[in-house]
Formats: sequence, structure tokens, C-alpha cells
Amino acid sequence: METEFTPILSLLGGGLIGASAVLLMATHGRIAGISGIISRILPPRSAGQSLSQGLVFVIGLLLSAPIWVLVYGQSPVQTVSDNLPLLGAAGILVGFGSVLGNGCTSGHGVCGISRLSGRSIVATVTFMSSAFIAVLLLRHVIGA
Amino acid sequence: MKNLVTLIAGLMFGTGLILSGMANPAKVQNFLDLFGTWDPSLAFVMGGAIAVTMPGFWLVTRRAKPFFNDVFHLPTRTDFDKRLVSGAAIFGLGWGLGGFCPGPAVTAVPLAAQGTIVFVVTMLIGMVAAKYFVLWRDRRAWDLAGKTSQL
Repeated sequence: METEFTPILSLLGGGLIGASAVLLMATHGRIAGISGIISRILPPRSAGQSLSQGLVFVIGLLLSAPIWVLVYGQSPVQTVSDNLPLLGAAGILVGFGSVLGNGCTSGHGVCGISRLSGRSIVATVTFMSSAFIAVLLLRHVIGA
Repeated sequence: MKNLVTLIAGLMFGTGLILSGMANPAKVQNFLDLFGTWDPSLAFVMGGAIAVTMPGFWLVTRRAKPFFNDVFHLPTRTDFDKRLVSGAAIFGLGWGLGGFCPGPAVTAVPLAAQGTIVFVVTMLIGMVAAKYFVLWRDRRAWDLAGKTSQL
């Protein structure tokens, strides 16, 4: 299914994501890595780890779409596959892989690359490549 | 104050994801579909984010410490291990198959598409499984190292 090419909106949205990462760094001194923020809330947790800031950030994420709907009066454009077993498998892989690899698109892809971290550059090239292969297989080999 | 700033950061991040199109899995998959319905928008998301984060990080980390903390918690590791590469490869596979990564998936939960809910629940299970796996692996490595030193 085709989607509209949105260079300006995507650039602005990206800028907002970047500004959020800079705000977290300036105030908490932490990397805005979403997989890390979410997984630190989950068990098993090491003793003495503070829960509250991660939870508050996640609440901010969860409020974004409802506020968007209030302001614009319509839901953001979104097409989610109804192939539930596929999304379930994808969820397991994303959850497991992001914790094992210490980061996802935000932590490695945005923050890590901005810090010119070698580990993050290797991780980003790796997950971009495997994601290209996954879509190639899904759409052009299996034909889903 | 601390909580308010964190809440605003979360709101900015989520709104950025929605505005940029990242919260739409079809758009993410089209970015990854070079030989099909390619949509290059996501390159602009990454470009826009890095254009702000790169100079922003440089600027704010020149201060002695962050506003609400005593130190900057920056990753210090520089080695490449199997765990980093295999984790990233597994993550990418799931990202391509589902079109969601953690931030956009959580942000899209209130839009209540069935697929999003299934994705987020299984993602949380995958994260817990990986945390236990890493603990088990580290403990085993520690045990093995202990035995070797006794010999």
C-alpha cells in the first residue's frame, strides 16, 4: 500500500524527537532510548533503580495521540496490519532484540549516531539491513 | 518540576513520532521497501532528529552536570560483541515484519488498533524474556570463570 511522501512533516517530527532527546540529556543527563526506558520498568529489576521518571515519560508518550485527536479533531493516519500472528511474532523479536542489543531506533539510531558511537553505528547498520531483508521477504518473496 | 519536564519530553517525543509518520507502520514498511512502494520520508525523520540532537548533545554536555542529576549517564562501552550485533539483527527483523519499533508502538496504543495491542503485549514479553536471558547468561559466564580460576 502506498503512503504519501511527507518530507517537511517528517523533518519537523524528527526535529521534535531530537528536541525531546536534548531536553532529557540537559535535565536528567540520560539518553532518550525508548527500549531502555520501557524495559527498565519491567522485571527483573535491579535493586535501587528508580521507576518514576521512566513511567512519567511513558505516560507522556501515551497522552500524545489523545491530545493530537483533541487538537486536530481527527486520528493520525495509520494503517496497521490485521495479521495478528505476524504482529505477535514481530513484537517478540522487537522486544527481545532491543534489550539484547541495548537499544532501538531511538537509542542507537538517533542518540547513538549523534554521539558518533561506534557501537550504535554498527547496531543501526545491522538493524536497518535486517529490516530491509524482512520487508523484502515479507512483500516480495512470501507476498504477504 | 522534574516530573513535569519528563512528561513534556514524553509528549514531545510522541507528538514527533505521530507528526513524522513513524507511528504508521505502513509508512515504516514502505521506507524499508526499496523495490516496491518506496516512501523515503523516514530518512527525513532521522535527519531532522540528528540535526537537532548532534549539536544539542554537544552543547548541553559542556555543562558540568545536568539540571536534575549529578552526572551525565553516557554509555562508555566501545567494544563490538556478539550480543550487540545479534540483538540489533533480531530487532531489525521484527521492525521490518511489524513496521513498529518500541516508541511508535507505545504511542499508538491509545489509537487501539488490534494489531498494535498484540504487538505491544508481545514486545513487553520479549523484553522480559531478554532480561532473564541476559541475567542467566551473565551468571553462567561468572560461574564458568569461577570454576576455571579454582583449577
